[in-house]
Amino acid sequence: MNDTPESTVAEPAARSFNVHQPERAPQGTEAPAGKTGVIETINMDVFYGDFKAVADVSMTFAFNEISALIGPSGCGKSTVLRSLNRMNDLIPSARVTGKVRYHGADIYASSVDPVEIRRRIGMVFQKPNPFPKSIFDNIAWGAKINGFKGSKSDMRDLVEASLKQAALWDEVKDKLSESGLSLSGGQQQRLCIARAIAVQPDVILMDEPCSSLDPIATLRIEELMLELKENYSIIIVTHNMQQAARVSDRTAFFNVELDTKGQRTGYLVEFSPTDELFTSPKEKATEDYITGRFG
Amino acid sequence: MSTAAPPELEPARHFPSDYFPSDYFPSEDEYRGLLNKRTRRARGIHMLLLLLLTTAVLGLAILLYTIVDDSFGLVAVVNQNEPEDVLAGYGYDPDVTVLSDLNTEQLVEVLEGTVSSGVGRRLEREKRFFEDRLVFESQETWGEICASSDAPPGCGGGVRGKGDVLALVEERVIAPDIVAAEGMVASIINPNGFKDSVEADFAANPASYGDYTYDQVRYTWRAWFSWKFVTTPASDKPELAGVRTAVLGSIWLVVITVLFAVPVGVGAAIYLEEFAKPTRINDLIQTNINNLAGVPSIVYGMLGLAILVRLLEPITSGSLFGAGAPNGRTILSAGLTLGLLTLPVVIISSQEAIRAVPNSLRNAGLGLGATKWQTVRSQVLPVAVPGILTGTILAVARAIGETAPLILVGAASFITVSPNGPFSQFTALPIQIFQWTSFPQEEWRHLAAAASLVLLVLLLTLNAVAVILRNRYSRRLT
Repeated sequence: MNDTPESTVAEPAARSFNVHQPERAPQGTEAPAGKTGVIETINMDVFYGDFKAVADVSMTFAFNEISALIGPSGCGKSTVLRSLNRMNDLIPSARVTGKVRYHGADIYASSVDPVEIRRRIGMVFQKPNPFPKSIFDNIAWGAKINGFKGSKSDMRDLVEASLKQAALWDEVKDKLSESGLSLSGGQQQRLCIARAIAVQPDVILMDEPCSSLDPIATLRIEELMLELKENYSIIIVTHNMQQAARVSDRTAFFNVELDTKGQRTGYLVEFSPTDELFTSPKEKATEDYITGRFG
Repeated sequence: MSTAAPPELEPARHFPSDYFPSDYFPSEDEYRGLLNKRTRRARGIHMLLLLLLTTAVLGLAILLYTIVDDSFGLVAVVNQNEPEDVLAGYGYDPDVTVLSDLNTEQLVEVLEGTVSSGVGRRLEREKRFFEDRLVFESQETWGEICASSDAPPGCGGGVRGKGDVLALVEERVIAPDIVAAEGMVASIINPNGFKDSVEADFAANPASYGDYTYDQVRYTWRAWFSWKFVTTPASDKPELAGVRTAVLGSIWLVVITVLFAVPVGVGAAIYLEEFAKPTRINDLIQTNINNLAGVPSIVYGMLGLAILVRLLEPITSGSLFGAGAPNGRTILSAGLTLGLLTLPVVIISSQEAIRAVPNSLRNAGLGLGATKWQTVRSQVLPVAVPGILTGTILAVARAIGETAPLILVGAASFITVSPNGPFSQFTALPIQIFQWTSFPQEEWRHLAAAASLVLLVLLLTLNAVAVILRNRYSRRLT
């Protein structure tokens, strides 16, 4: 698998990720008043080989905010999400053009190691994917590989804090040495969130985190997201419009267009405060989608 | 499976004929007929598959039966010296003492009294009897031969244990000669039939038994396959032959094969699966590995002979490290040859095991800010280990039974000295079996069967170890 992305953006080494302190004013879609931009994309295109999957995405994700990406299947929501922490690098043919800035620094610059990006911008996947290890090790591993320097009891504290933050501690505190796979689906997903938190990111990307969970487990994850928003920036891809309406502060609607060769390319239709988007969408396509007329 | 129509079944309701014209499908009656036909066919195939399975099981069962049957049974023996006479001759009471009661000194005395000084000297040069004194050699000649350039192994130190000396007494003094042998089942069902046939044969062909008369014949039950058989070195007398040298040779070979093939093979598999980009060169390498897995073992033997035995002789003979094998026909050469033979299979099965690890684990690891190697090392490999172990053990099992490459690389067919390092001369179980089956006398056939059984036991032990390791690993994961 290819780990070196072919980025057309060759920006000189500007890699300081001063959390909470952007070096420059956000570009593209402005962050809402009173909020700080964390990740911004400027005219981002994503290609798989020759195929353009997403075209010209410019948006700014803000801190202490949940941003939801919605849209019909194949519109490139997940592709956009995976481009934000360079998980797309793992697909050999994937390529990103335009700019993706994280605290003002271009994450696709050649001087940036994707490993560092992924540590700061964590990810929770569609299917819960705990490691086949103990619950404790599931959380401790991320810290260890990132150079955790604390003692064993510090590690226990970190595991406890992460599990508490993920609202899982009370359910698993007596069985930390049991396999992560012994938990239920909803618990596994919260374990994955705890695991992501434990490496101290400031953004968490969630790719349809509730699509394999039952309504009760989904509700718990949603409550958790609302709590986490106090400390993190959360970007969630979801197929469930009610979910987007329930949890997100701002919602981006993506649509898909067919070009003359029959290729489907996704594009951003609008990115507005959630209540606005669901009550008075600016675009006709958004209205059609949220009222169920297509998609 | 009932072929008759269940009576409660109503006629199927068809879709409106606008969508699916109903005459595309058979009528109810036609359908029943077709169903009967299909059911009969399914049953026929079922029986055929069962028959094939039975054939396979039967074939394997017959094979095992033959080997086990030949490994035990009655034998007719003529002793050169009866043990009782020998004991009495040295002043022991044969009624209370048996040979194994004697200590090493007493046994050496018995040996000294019977064998020729030439044979004695040869035995002493193989390995000394005592630390402090020589039995057959004089001190001066001993010093001389040990100072010469090709000093015999006996100069290297170490003395024969009691079991070793006892075996020598039995071999050289009692000197039993097996004149006939019978399989296990026949020996149990009809022991007298065997005795009658030996007696009849003595009467009919006295010439083929030389000086022996039927009065001298003793019948004993003999387990050709026994612990003693495993621990006795090779001998030119079937009564005394064992497979210790061959078993040790095979174990040395397996160890070297595993030490070479597993790290190299697993490493190559990790690279190909996790790190290699799909370039043309990597594709070529992959194709070649797949093809190498099917190359006949004799070709690997040629490779081993040309490269390891001849070209790399300074390394494989150990002369570069000051160890003294006369040529490159050593355990190291053979083990590396078998390692090369095993390598493609290890690589392919490890690749398959690594490929079977779900991508979600890789994503999870990388998503936490782990490097590729950290992810592979901590998340992918542990999950792949059971599969890697399974593939490796199958490959090693193939290697342990290989004969052809060993013949080319120069396995000795007859050595009595156990291998003691990677630069030793060696033989291996399959070579020993092959050698013994080529001898005309019936006894060797029984020995070959017993050696086959040893080989099977060795294989089963290896497999069992692998299965235990694998299960322990799998349990830890879930």
